Amino acid sequence: MFKIGAPLVAAALALAACGGTTGNSTDAGSKACDLKIGFFGALTGDAANLGINIKNGAELAVTQYNEKNPSCKVTLTSFDSQGDPSIAPGLAQKAVTDKKLVGIVGPAFSGESKAADPIFEKAGLNTITASATNSLLSENGWKTFHRILGNDATQGPAAAKYIKDVLKATKVFVSDDTSEYGKGLSDFVKKDLGSAVVGNDETAADGKQDDFSATVTKAKASGATAFFYGGYYSNASKLVKQLKDGGFTGTFVAADGVKDDGFIKGAGAAAEGAIVTCPCLPPDKAPEFGAAYKKAYNSDPATYSAEAYDAANVFLAAIKAGKTSSADMTAFITSYSAKGVTKNVKFDAKGEPAEVSVWAYKVTGGKIVADQEIK
Amino acid sequence: MDFSLLFNHFWEFTITGLAFGAIYALIALGYTLVYGVLRLINFAHSEVFMWGGFAAVWVLLAFGASQASGLGIVGLLVVAFATAMAASALVALGLEFVAYRPLRKRNSPPLIALISAIGASYTLSETMGLRDKPFKLLGIDNKMVDYVGRPREASPFGLNIETKRLFHVFDYQVSNKDLIVLGSAIVMMILLDQFMQRSRLGRGIRAVAQDPESAAMMGVNRDRVIRLTFVIGGAMAGAAAVMYLLKVEQIRYNSGFLLGVKAFTAAVLGGIGNLRGALLGGFILGVAENYGQAIFGGQWKDVVAFTLLVVILLFRPTGLLGESLGKARA
Repeated sequence: MFKIGAPLVAAALALAACGGTTGNSTDAGSKACDLKIGFFGALTGDAANLGINIKNGAELAVTQYNEKNPSCKVTLTSFDSQGDPSIAPGLAQKAVTDKKLVGIVGPAFSGESKAADPIFEKAGLNTITASATNSLLSENGWKTFHRILGNDATQGPAAAKYIKDVLKATKVFVSDDTSEYGKGLSDFVKKDLGSAVVGNDETAADGKQDDFSATVTKAKASGATAFFYGGYYSNASKLVKQLKDGGFTGTFVAADGVKDDGFIKGAGAAAEGAIVTCPCLPPDKAPEFGAAYKKAYNSDPATYSAEAYDAANVFLAAIKAGKTSSADMTAFITSYSAKGVTKNVKFDAKGEPAEVSVWAYKVTGGKIVADQEIK
Repeated sequence: MDFSLLFNHFWEFTITGLAFGAIYALIALGYTLVYGVLRLINFAHSEVFMWGGFAAVWVLLAFGASQASGLGIVGLLVVAFATAMAASALVALGLEFVAYRPLRKRNSPPLIALISAIGASYTLSETMGLRDKPFKLLGIDNKMVDYVGRPREASPFGLNIETKRLFHVFDYQVSNKDLIVLGSAIVMMILLDQFMQRSRLGRGIRAVAQDPESAAMMGVNRDRVIRLTFVIGGAMAGAAAVMYLLKVEQIRYNSGFLLGVKAFTAAVLGGIGNLRGALLGGFILGVAENYGQAIFGGQWKDVVAFTLLVVILLFRPTGLLGESLGKARA
């Protein structure tokens, strides 16, 4: 009977591993201790800022948990993917061999998620990403995949809506960096704006292009009054600068991958007035979390710190409830419903969040400040 | 494919392409000079460029350049050029001393020097990317935060030069930045060309490139000539770094890599070892990239440029102007 199938054996093994750790625990064997939560994303490399924000959010949740549960601590372990889909599978293999690791906050980006998630799925390691927004990720039937924020299918149309309703632009130039993330977004924007899209052009991958003069010429030639860019902040900061220098006068609109101080620092005054959409909550809506974060890291919570905090808390609640085997964990997350700092955290059958809100932010006075919720 | 875009905005694509091509060309000079004299591809040259750029950024920061206006900007721009050229020349000289000279003294095969070059490239790039660490050890990283904070992020140029449109070339309004970049590049190129042709030292470089042994017998000090080529190549890369900062307005610890590949391509395109070839290659590459992007779209930019390289090398295997620094007139 025990040879029915691999999943059953895997589940049995997981249970056995679990039993081993509970054996060390003194309190009635209900909870396993010394368990780990992983962070998976870029901590070095071109988009490291985004990863560090996420890691800090998750780390804060773990620190707070350990303060409340000093007898049974959880550690956060980091897998630095550099945001690179070619590094991600190897790291994921490494992660799944660690039997104490019960959940992953991440992977941070869509490209690396596509590469690493099949490995997590096969090993039954649950993930909650706080930032990978490519809409197709939840279409693979992965049981272990969860996402705590709105995907590009909500963000792309929201950006399109903002361009149409608030900017009232009738001519829009659309560009992307051909990444999973960037192309996904620009496809949605193109679809929703339809005939208002008067031109488009692709750039090289993030950080791989310095000179955008041809794109600038094309944008100007198109007569567009708004420029949507699907990509990350490193390219966007150079692009927005060169657009302005080249004489393009329209509004620059980008999505959450650009919501970072690196964008402002690189682009300087040229970033002023740029619009950045994000399915993330403005920090002033969660003052307690903001204060705790500021105390721990000496800076304000940045993009996706709060989402990562919520994601890590889901895993921590599962650990507290003793649901640490793969199947238990999946079931726990599926039935989870509690108030987090970003929203009421709840997942649907595909692992997508039940509640989603997208905000528009505007670069004003050298800072990315909340403009309005896009409804 | 969209040819009408290229035809309708031909001059804009051409001039912006030439401006970036000028940067490629100046960096390409360094590859070509060193190759001509040593038969070595100096892969660390891209890092020489990057260090020069950072030196300019830091000096401008120390001068408080972001507040400057009017004539002050002109003065600071000259300071930036001087600093970057000196710093790059110094780094290139140090590179030669540490990474290449010991190998040369031991008559190592060229492949070993190539590995040394790649190693030096990583070392220089990562040193810049980790520059906060030594200051942290000394505990003064907070005081130096403008210089070493967030070392993996881009550092802004610091000199606010407003883009002004000066005059028309057909449909394109040439900006002050285009003019500075193209103008200073052409001045550098003419100076270098004349130096190589007319001065004693230039003749020495050409002699060593042509036949090191005969040159030595004629009393040319080979070591001195090699040092000189690194200094000249470095200074050109430093000038290119300031032009890059003018155009892109930011520099990063890994900014050199991409430009290095492009500049090396330009050097091969024109005929590596040939100074005028490197210049021609740089301009052609810059313009070809823009045309390619105009016709096929941005994602094809590099494909177009490298296809061009392959096609040209098929018909002219030694590059457009031929290979040798010694034989060609430059």
